Amino acid sequence: MFEIIIYILLGVGVFFNLLAGIGLLRFPDVYTRLHAGTKCTTFGSIFLVGSVVLLGLKNWWIGDTNGSVLAIHSIVALAAILITNPTGAHAIARAAHRSGVKPIGAVVDDLKNMTVAKTMKKKSAVKKKSEAEK
Amino acid sequence: MLAFVVTTIICFITYLLLTTGSGTRILGLWSLYEILFGVILSLIVGFIARTIFVKDNFRMANPVRWITFLVYVIGPFFVAMAKANLDVAYRVITGKINPGIVKISPDLKTDLVITLLANSITLTPGTLTVDIDENKNDLYIHWINVKKEAIAKKPVDCKYICSNFHNWIRRIAE
Repeated sequence: MFEIIIYILLGVGVFFNLLAGIGLLRFPDVYTRLHAGTKCTTFGSIFLVGSVVLLGLKNWWIGDTNGSVLAIHSIVALAAILITNPTGAHAIARAAHRSGVKPIGAVVDDLKNMTVAKTMKKKSAVKKKSEAEK
Repeated sequence: MLAFVVTTIICFITYLLLTTGSGTRILGLWSLYEILFGVILSLIVGFIARTIFVKDNFRMANPVRWITFLVYVIGPFFVAMAKANLDVAYRVITGKINPGIVKISPDLKTDLVITLLANSITLTPGTLTVDIDENKNDLYIHWINVKKEAIAKKPVDCKYICSNFHNWIRRIAE
C-alpha cells in the first residue's frame, strides 16, 4: 500500500519534469522557456521529494535512524529549491530584458521603454552622489 | 543582544536538522559531541551574522506569522500552483501561447513583503516576475497567456495574476 503511493508520487514528478523538457524545445524565446524550464521542474521536484520523504518516514517508523536523515535532508533540500528557483528565474529574465531581448509575439509590453532609461538614470544618480560625497 | 540570541537559536535549530541520525545518545537522533560542536558553531555564526539576519525589528519572530505562512504555503498557494501547472502543461502540449509583459501595483511596502509576493508569483507557472520599480514597488510580470479583459485597464488588476496572494502576504509579514 505504502509503496503504491510512493510510486504514484514518483510518476507524477517524472511526468512534470518531462513536460519541462518538452517545453524547453517547443517554446520560442527566453521568457516562455523559463516558464517551462523552472516552474514545471519545481512542481515535479515537490512530488519527487515527497516520495523520498515518505520512504524515509516509513524506514524511520520501522526503527532505522537513517530514515530520519533521508526525510529531513530531503525537506531541507526542497526548501532550498523553493527559495532559489524563483530567484534564479527572476535574475535570468531581468538580465535578458536589460540586455535587450524582446519577448517574441508579445501582445503587450509595459516594460519596453522603461529599463534602458532607468539604468541610465540610476548610474548618473550614483555618480552625482559620489561626487557630492567627495 | 536580542538579535544575537535569535540568530544563534535559529542557526542551532538548522544545525540540528542537518545532523540528525549522527548518534543515539540524545533523543535517539544526535550524539553528544555533535550537539557541543553545534552550540560552539552557532555561537560564532550568531555573533558574525546578527546584524545581517535581524534588520530593524522583530515582527517576524511572532509564531502566529509562521503558522499563517505554513497554512498559506500548504493551502491556497499549493492549490494555485497545481492549477497553473496543469494550465502550463496544456500549453506545452498544444503550443497555444499568448505572451506579454504587464505591470501590476500591489501596493505593498517593505522589502520582505515584496520578495515574498514576487517569489509566489514566479513559482506559480504562467507568470514570471521580470523587473521591479523600486520607487513605487510596481512589479513587471511576464504572462504566458494574456487575457483580453485584463489589459483593458492599466496597471492590471492583481486578481488576474495572483488571485488573493497579496492579502495573505500582508497578513503574514506586514
